[in-house]
Amino acid sequence: MRAFWQGTLAMYGVPALVLYAGILGYGAFAREVGLTLGQALALPIFLQALPAQVVLADHAARGASLAAAALAVSLTAVRFLPMTVVIMPWLKGHSGPRWHELLVVHFVAVTVWIEGLRRLPTAPAEVRLVYYLGIGVGILTGTLASTALGYPAAGTVPQWMAAALLFTMPLTFLLAMIETSRSRADHFAIVAGVVIAPFASLWLPGFDLLVTGLAGGTLAWVLGRWRRA
Amino acid sequence: MSNLPGVWGTWGGYLPFFVAGFLASEPWRWAGALIGRDLDPNSEVFIWVRAVSSAIVAGLVARLVVFPTGAMAAMSAPTRYGAAAVGIAAFFAFRKNLGAGVLAGTLALLASYALLG
Repeated sequence: MRAFWQGTLAMYGVPALVLYAGILGYGAFAREVGLTLGQALALPIFLQALPAQVVLADHAARGASLAAAALAVSLTAVRFLPMTVVIMPWLKGHSGPRWHELLVVHFVAVTVWIEGLRRLPTAPAEVRLVYYLGIGVGILTGTLASTALGYPAAGTVPQWMAAALLFTMPLTFLLAMIETSRSRADHFAIVAGVVIAPFASLWLPGFDLLVTGLAGGTLAWVLGRWRRA
Repeated sequence: MSNLPGVWGTWGGYLPFFVAGFLASEPWRWAGALIGRDLDPNSEVFIWVRAVSSAIVAGLVARLVVFPTGAMAAMSAPTRYGAAAVGIAAFFAFRKNLGAGVLAGTLALLASYALLG
């Protein structure tokens, strides 16, 4: 239980607070496209991933078909497969039943993933799952609170402040990832991802992150092997 | 009565959000959990998957800065790229301090926006 609260409290620290600042913007966006507050709060519970929430809210507001929306959301969520694979070694040393693992991986998303990779190695193996659950619940409560705060604020925040809040999120992701990266392959992957993604975005919108991951990750893996040899 | 058009109004919107949201994304996490559980963290496959994940997240970051949406779209490209560069430089200058990097980058963004747009 202590590990749970430690995880939850850690999500009221710097990288997580930056995410919440960005989520104020999501709350405002949800109101602008016509969602009720209840619907705006349901999306982070179901999805736990900011880009997918924006994609789904946008599709619903425009009256897109259910299948088109599900496909668009699913494409943004493919990245969770490799991300979950990477975090699993830290989550399987517990004594509970295996389905607990399927529950806690719901919290895999960029911030929780980076925070998990930063913090899980410092916790004893048997409490890591509970610690991770605490991290996830901490992020979810913070997310819901800032969605509810951002919702009524739509259109009242000055542009420069909104832009600054939005800008901190990618910068924090990038720096936290550099901080957590261990191997040569990780370093190469970060550089390759940054370079490839803008081109992939232009040429293959919708599939851009997938292509970036496969091309950049494979290139980084090859370069990493070559440097080790 | 619903605020959303067509099928999106069913059950106050919660049912379609569950189907096109949770059911469309969660299986990827389950698949990752099942595959990752039995994979050796020192194996080449694992190192490759980790590199793919890192490239995806880095790509997401680059997309947000290069093709900004919402309020950030008002900031010019030199302002966005310059602020990112200042943030990265400050991060390394302060021995990989996350707070220093984010603070310096954000201040650079606001200063550059005030001066250059």
